[in-house]
Amino acid sequence: MYPPNFNYVRAGSVAEALSLIASEDDAKFLAGGHSLVPAMKLRLDAPGTLIDIGRIEDLRGIAYGSGDENDCIGPLTTHATIASSNLASALVEAAGGIGDPQVRNRGTIGGNIAHADPASDLPTVLTALEASIRVENPSNARNIDAANFFTGLFETSLEENELITVIAVPREGAGTGSAYAKLFNPASRYAVVGACASVTLNNGVVSRARVAVGGLTPMATRCGSVEAALEGRSTDAIKEASAQVASDVGDDILEDIHASAEYRLGVIPVYVERALQAACARAAG
Amino acid sequence: MGVSISLNINGEARSLDNVEPRLLLVDLIREELGLTGTNIGCDTSQCGACTVHMDGLAVKSCTVLAVQADGSDVVTIEGMAEDGQLTAMQQAFWDEHGLQCGFCTPGMIMAGVKLVEGNPDISDEEIRHGLEGNICRCTGYQNIVKAMKVAAQAAA
Ligand SMILES: Cc1cc2nc3c(=O)[nH]c(=O)nc-3n(C[C@H](O)[C@H](O)[C@H](O)COP(=O)(O)OP(=O)(O)OC[C@H]3O[C@@H](n4cnc5c(N)ncnc54)[C@H](O)[C@@H]3O)c2cc1C
Ligand code: FES
Ligand code: FES
Repeated sequence: MYPPNFNYVRAGSVAEALSLIASEDDAKFLAGGHSLVPAMKLRLDAPGTLIDIGRIEDLRGIAYGSGDENDCIGPLTTHATIASSNLASALVEAAGGIGDPQVRNRGTIGGNIAHADPASDLPTVLTALEASIRVENPSNARNIDAANFFTGLFETSLEENELITVIAVPREGAGTGSAYAKLFNPASRYAVVGACASVTLNNGVVSRARVAVGGLTPMATRCGSVEAALEGRSTDAIKEASAQVASDVGDDILEDIHASAEYRLGVIPVYVERALQAACARAAG
Repeated sequence: MGVSISLNINGEARSLDNVEPRLLLVDLIREELGLTGTNIGCDTSQCGACTVHMDGLAVKSCTVLAVQADGSDVVTIEGMAEDGQLTAMQQAFWDEHGLQCGFCTPGMIMAGVKLVEGNPDISDEEIRHGLEGNICRCTGYQNIVKAMKVAAQAAA
């Protein structure tokens, strides 16, 4: 199989990528190509021009913050690099569980979130970690909270001429821990459901809980009811709080050949509980 | 509109003119360079039969555009043995009967070499996890895992 024909241009810098996307008709950025190339081979997508950003070194790599500063991840950073990094543990864990080693060697965090597949792992994790996504167009730059970045099934608040330039993730201080728990699709390794939790423990009490789920909803979804049911209580309340997830996910539950909506709703509390237990263990340890 | 690319393939510098941007790396390797050891199984990024090394990393060449490989070092199964001397991984597949029909074998070997690199005591579980992107349609996994364990030790 081969993709439909397209024009190929290579951007040497962020400025060049932004001016190309403004001037080319029907163009898309190409990062690792591990969502876009398969989609094009299947004729699910047929952009007229691909702007290859894969060689812009400024967009690759991790700059660790110190103290209260965020860790800043370049969008071209691969899943393999994140999986062996010192970033927040949930992100490291999720990146290490994406696809397989070959996919992790090519796929990037920027491409993963721009693609916004409901079965992807990183949207869920970045939502729970309250990451902030910096995007630029030729005349402007803005920061979007992860919670406002994902807007629907394969949909984000990115405009067509905007490039993701930084993903900023809060550092985990002492007493804070995070984890990601996923029900793997046995063939593709995508998430049938996935849950991410970030918690802060104070003398055995959960003083702060952030929870998000994915795989069962059209986009990554923050779970305010679970968080509220746990905050101010001990870790003994995790199971009970996890059961609240049903009231956070709404009625639009995904259903496909891999799992029914009923099944996804049935298992999600288990994965929320696992993520919370592991996050609390890390926060305590 | 064709693009000119050059790459190092199994240690040999090659330049190609007028490459269609949509040409996949695996088709460049098989059709343009005539190196047919790299197989196409699924053509949908699942099976790993097309695995090659690109700048030292195992990648699925059915999911990389040839233009993305411009300027890189690519090694295929043909680039493994030197002067007819099999590498430890190839020898272990032979000794441990790690293949049946052999279709998945080039991809298994290219993935396996990277998997065991620097990890002589790799466990069965680590190998099985590391082979998530490689499918053997003959289901000969027992001996594939065995071969990789032997090769990990031999390469150390
Ligand atoms: C076999 C297989 C298994 C997989 N399993 C999983 C899994 O378990 N979990 C998971 O989460 N994912 C999985 N993936 C998807 C994988 O993570 C992709 O790498 C990722 O979704 C896309 O990243 P990319 O760099 O390849 O992006 P590309 O395919 O290059 O691009 C994807 C989209 O993002 C846009 N884009 C890329 N970079 C930017 C940027 N900086 N700014 C704006 N737009 C941009 C592109 O224009 C395109 O629309 C799997 C993929 C495969 C092939
Ligand atoms: S042919 Fe490339 S992964 Fe199957
Ligand atoms: S040996 Fe036949 S596919 Fe693996």
